[in-house]
Amino acid sequence: MSKKSTPGLNTSSMSDISFLLLAFFLMVSNINTDMGIARRLPPPLPPDFTPPEVRERNIFQVKINRNDRILFNKEVGDISLLKERAKEFLGNPQDLPNLPQKEMVNIPLLGTYPVSKGVISLQNDRGTSYDTYFRVQNELTAAINEMRDELSRQKFSRPYKDLDQEHKDAIDKAIPVAISEAEPKNTGGTK
Amino acid sequence: MARFKQKNDKGTPALNMGSMSDIIFMLLFFFMVITTMRESSLFVKITPPKGSEVTKLEKKSLVSYINIGVPQDAYATKYGSEPRIQLNDQIADVSDIRQFVELEKNQRTEEDSKLLTFAIKADGKVKMGMISDVKQELRAASALKIFYNASKEVRK
Repeated sequence: MSKKSTPGLNTSSMSDISFLLLAFFLMVSNINTDMGIARRLPPPLPPDFTPPEVRERNIFQVKINRNDRILFNKEVGDISLLKERAKEFLGNPQDLPNLPQKEMVNIPLLGTYPVSKGVISLQNDRGTSYDTYFRVQNELTAAINEMRDELSRQKFSRPYKDLDQEHKDAIDKAIPVAISEAEPKNTGGTK
Repeated sequence: MARFKQKNDKGTPALNMGSMSDIIFMLLFFFMVITTMRESSLFVKITPPKGSEVTKLEKKSLVSYINIGVPQDAYATKYGSEPRIQLNDQIADVSDIRQFVELEKNQRTEEDSKLLTFAIKADGKVKMGMISDVKQELRAASALKIFYNASKEVRK
């Protein structure tokens, strides 16, 4: 048999085709950048529901008015202070009588832990901007996240984000997301 | 003294392009894997608020979006200049949300519909009245898992 060399395929247009495909996919797709804060809404209330009595010391009221001004601890305050105040309220490290009560709860992996009965009550106006509302939610979340991190370092000597799910659940039980949202008021007229 | 031999052919040598397509294909696959398809184009302008405590939204298949914002300039004549709600690819009213929740739940299996998250993607300037209405509707439709979309900001 005579030795035949295979003819070289012209593949220069192949790269053009794949470039075209690449450009197409770049156009029609978007890179996943969905970030945000997850929350759970309370289930719909039965019509004959009466809200449970909560002692005043167990409530930390945060109100936002229609001019985006924030009121907490019954005084107008700056948002930069909110995180520290919320931590102080939920933590109550010195068991002060004007800050929330604690309930001893048996939590797996943690043992008996005093879980705060404090609830942050968040109320906004219909005229509040979403931006301000989100900032407040962010600060409150920051307070809870920092407390969880501190507890995690104290008990498991690791930051919260490095824990496995089981340990995370234990911490979440010890420091729950205790944010209650009231129905918005409408002081700013219609809209 | 050495004498260099002059080559006769002056033309540029042909570049071997064989591996070029392989490289581009690799790029293509990379982009195909890390990206998701754009589901619907937005009719509303959204500049989400910024937050430092944001987390990633897991499981994209279990998320439906509720977009709230002012209609884009091109649609201003059609939908006005007040903030509107966009569900999937149409502008809707607050009262349509219940139906939308049902529709989204029916599209998924029973187990998945329990894990369904509704991501509220709203513009920072939207008033809370509208968002509260949306939340109340979601509550009434017992869609309790929600997510506030935001962009990441590093705490100073």
